[in-house]
Amino acid sequence: MRGYHDIGGLDAGAIDPSQHAHELWEKRVDALLVLLSRKGVMTVDELRLGIESLGADVYERLTYYERWIASVARALVDRGVITTDELGRHMAAAAARGDRA
Amino acid sequence: MSARFKPGDRVAVRRAYPPGHIRTPFYIRGKAGVIERLCGSFGNPEELAYGRSGRPAQPLYRVRFRQDQVWPGYTGPAADTVDIEIYEHWLEPA
Repeated sequence: MRGYHDIGGLDAGAIDPSQHAHELWEKRVDALLVLLSRKGVMTVDELRLGIESLGADVYERLTYYERWIASVARALVDRGVITTDELGRHMAAAAARGDRA
Repeated sequence: MSARFKPGDRVAVRRAYPPGHIRTPFYIRGKAGVIERLCGSFGNPEELAYGRSGRPAQPLYRVRFRQDQVWPGYTGPAADTVDIEIYEHWLEPA
């Protein structure tokens, strides 16, 4: 089977090559993965498997780092580092502050 | 783990479609190329993806393919090539 992410050779339309600045939360997500990887909590391969397991619809809807944080959150729950209840409470608190979900 | 192939060897990529985290691109499976270099040995990402050790480390090769043998109807220069890094267990002698 061909993964929905494995698009080499398929027609993808025009590519926008322009540069754009990353938002602070995106940099934090990147830093989080580096820290988790260095501490041996999860590997970049787990990150990628998680992204490749989001489902095609979610994969297409999320931005690059949104895919990352969805995969990281899932891995941390799987590994028992955080609970879904903790994750839900923090997400609710962030939404209440008006942070971007 | 000792390397099975050396630079210059002709190899074919396995025509395999397992589930999981696979780093061998879909489009190159079943194609034949030449070993360009041995990159070293690394933990198997297909195992690391599931939180396992990835040991023993797997030899990783850079394999060179002719573009006109990868893409049907390729119209670019005949000398065009593409290099792809592929783990040893995906390669067979060709």
